[in-house]
Amino acid sequence: MNTPIIIVEHLSKVYKSDLFETVALADISFEVKKGEFLAIMGPSGSGKSTLMHILGGLDQPSSGKYILDGKNVESLSDDDLADIRNRKIGFVFQAFNLLPRTTTLKNVMLPMTYAGIPREKREAIAQKYLEMVGLGDRLSHTTNQISGGQQQRVAIARALSLDPAIILADEPTGNIASAQAEEIMEIFKDINEKGHTIIMITHEPDIASHAKRIITMKDGKIVNDVQNNKEIRYQHKH
Amino acid sequence: MELSEIISESFSSLTLNKLRTGLAMLGIVIGIGSVIALISLGQATQASISSRIESLGSNLLTVNPGSSNQGAVRGASGSRTTLTLEDASAILVAPEITSVKTVSPEFSRRIQIVTGSKNTNTQVVGSSPSYSEVHKLEIATGNFVTQSDVEGMSKVAVLGPQVVTDLFGEGADPLGQTIRISGKTFTVVGVTVSKGGSGFGNLDDIVYVPISTAQKQLFGVNYLSSIALEAKTADLMTTAQNEVGYFLLARHKLSDPAEADFSIFSQQDILNTASATTSTFTTLLSGVAAISLLVGGIGIMNIMLVTVTERIREIGLRKALGAKKKTIIAQFLTEAIILTFIGGIIGIILGILTSYVISKLTGSLFVVSPGSVILAFAVSVVIGIVFGWYPAKKASDLQPIEALRYE
Ligand SMILES: Nc1ncnc2c1ncn2[C@@H]1O[C@H](COP(=O)(O)OP(=O)(O)O)[C@@H](O)[C@H]1O
Ligand SMILES: [Mg+2]
Repeated sequence: MNTPIIIVEHLSKVYKSDLFETVALADISFEVKKGEFLAIMGPSGSGKSTLMHILGGLDQPSSGKYILDGKNVESLSDDDLADIRNRKIGFVFQAFNLLPRTTTLKNVMLPMTYAGIPREKREAIAQKYLEMVGLGDRLSHTTNQISGGQQQRVAIARALSLDPAIILADEPTGNIASAQAEEIMEIFKDINEKGHTIIMITHEPDIASHAKRIITMKDGKIVNDVQNNKEIRYQHKH
Repeated sequence: MELSEIISESFSSLTLNKLRTGLAMLGIVIGIGSVIALISLGQATQASISSRIESLGSNLLTVNPGSSNQGAVRGASGSRTTLTLEDASAILVAPEITSVKTVSPEFSRRIQIVTGSKNTNTQVVGSSPSYSEVHKLEIATGNFVTQSDVEGMSKVAVLGPQVVTDLFGEGADPLGQTIRISGKTFTVVGVTVSKGGSGFGNLDDIVYVPISTAQKQLFGVNYLSSIALEAKTADLMTTAQNEVGYFLLARHKLSDPAEADFSIFSQQDILNTASATTSTFTTLLSGVAAISLLVGGIGIMNIMLVTVTERIREIGLRKALGAKKKTIIAQFLTEAIILTFIGGIIGIILGILTSYVISKLTGSLFVVSPGSVILAFAVSVVIGIVFGWYPAKKASDLQPIEALRYE
C-alpha cells in the first residue's frame, strides 16, 4: 500500500503562443501512494486540469519527470501509453467528452472495445456501471437526450468500466445536484476502499472533504498539501 | 482491435452522422455519375455518326464524271458526260479488276413529281438492282428495281418514305398507285426503309426508277451522273480505287492520270472527316467530364475536410480512452472505403441509368465505356480515401488533449 504509484518531479507546463507564454504548472513535485484518495483544490486557472491531463497521459509536460507505476512516462511508446490510458487510468473529463449522438451504453462500452473485451461482456459491464451511477433506465438514450448531470455520470461509468488502478476525475460533481454528488462520492469511496487510487479535482470543500488528502494549488504551484480527517464530521453535518 | 470490430465501429460511425455521410456520398455519386454520363454521351454521338455514315454503304467508292483537278479544263476532262453505262458494265466484267464486288450505275436529277392534286420536287435516281446492295438500301414493302425492269425500260418507281408522305400522306400504302414524272405515268412497286437524315441530303426523299427508263424516257441522256462501287473488303478500298482508276483511264484512252475525265471518292474520305469532327466533340466532352470529375473531387474533399474539426475531437477522445494510432487510422480508412465504394457504386448505376435515359430521349446509341467507369471510380475513390485518411492521420499524431481541444 505504501509504494508511490505516481511520482512527479519538477514538473512544468508552459503554453506558448505567438504573443505570450502562460505558465500553467511551475516546478511541481509530489507523490501519490497506491490507494490514496486525493482531492486537488484551487482557484480557476491555477493549473489543476493541466496537471490532471499530464497525470492521465493525455498531454506531455514541458519539463520535469513523471513516473507512473515505476515507469517514466516520457520513455513510453505511443502504443504503450494508449494501453495505460485504456487499462490503468479512468479519466473523468470536466467537459464529459462523450461521443455525440451515441447511446450511453455505447459510450461506456468504448474503452472496453479498445481493450478487446468481447461484445456481450462489454455490454453487461457497461450496463452494470450505468446502473451503479443511477442510469440503469437510460441505456439507449443518446448523449443529447440526457441532462448535463446525467452526461457526467455516464463519463464516470465509462471511467470505472475497466476497473482501472487510478481514477482521475476533473470536477466530477461539477454539474450534479448535491444529493447525487454524495452518491458519486460514496461510489468513489467504495472503489477507493477496494484499493484503487483516486485523484479528484473539485472546488467544493464538501466534496473535497471526502478525500483523505487535499492538495491546494495556486498559480501553477502546490501551496498546501494536508491529510484530511474531518470526513466523518462533514457527513454528519449534511 | 480485431478487423470485425473496426468495421462495425466504422459502420456505426457512418450511420450516426447521416448528414455528413450523405453529403460525402452525394459528392462521390455526382462526381462519378456525371463523368460516366458525359463520356458515354460523347461516345454515343461518335458511334451514331459513324453508323449513320456507314449506313450510306460500306466499302463504297464513287466514280464521278469530270476532273477532280479544277484547273484542267481542256477537252473532255471538264465535261460532265464522260461516264457511260458501258463503263459500268466493263468495270464489272473486266478480269483485271478483282477487288470490286458490285457496280451500280446511276443517273440522278431533281424533278417535279405529281399525283392527283399533290406534287413534290424531289430527286429521281435512275438505278439498277445493284443500287440497293451498294447503298445498303432496305425495302419496306414491295420490291426494288429489278433486272427485267431495267431491260424492259419499265415505268416503275420505288419511293422513299418521305415521298410517300408528301404524295400519299403519312403511313399510306402507295403500292400499285401511279405517279407522274415528266408527263409519264409510273407505277409504284416498292417503298424503302427510312434511313434518316433531313434537308437537302435527305435519303428518304428519293424516287428510284430503272436506269434505262431514266436515261432514255425521262431525261434523254446517254451518260451517267455517277458509278457507285462496292469493294470486296474495307482493306481493298485503295486497291479498288487504283484498279478502277487505271482501267477507266485506259478505256477513255488517256495516259496521264492528271488528264483523267473522272474522279473517285472513297467512303473512307467522308468517314475520316466525320470522325475527325466527332473526335473533337468527344475531346470537348471529355474536358467537361474532367472538370466535373474535378468538381466532384473537390466536393468529396470539402465534405471530408469540413467535418474534420468534429472528427479531430472524436479522435482525441478515442485516443484518450485507449485507442492506438493504427486503430484510429484503420477505422477512418475503413469509413472512407465504405463511403467511397457505396457512393461509387451508386454513382456508376446512376451514370449508366442517365446514359440510358439520354440514349432513349435522343435516339442515339447506348454505350458505356468501361474506361470511363474505371477512371471515374478510381479518381473518386482515391480522393475519398486520401481525404478520409489524411486528417485522421494528422489528428492521431496530436496529443489526445490537443485533439480534444481542437477548434
Ligand atoms: N491549451 C492551452 N493553451 C494556452 N493556455 C492554456 C491552455 N490550457 C490551459 N491554459 C492556461 O493554463 C492555465 C491553467 O489552466 P487549467 O489547468 O485549465 O486551470 P484550472 O483547471 O485550474 O482552472 C490557465 O491560465 C489557462 O488559461
Ligand atoms: Mg479545470
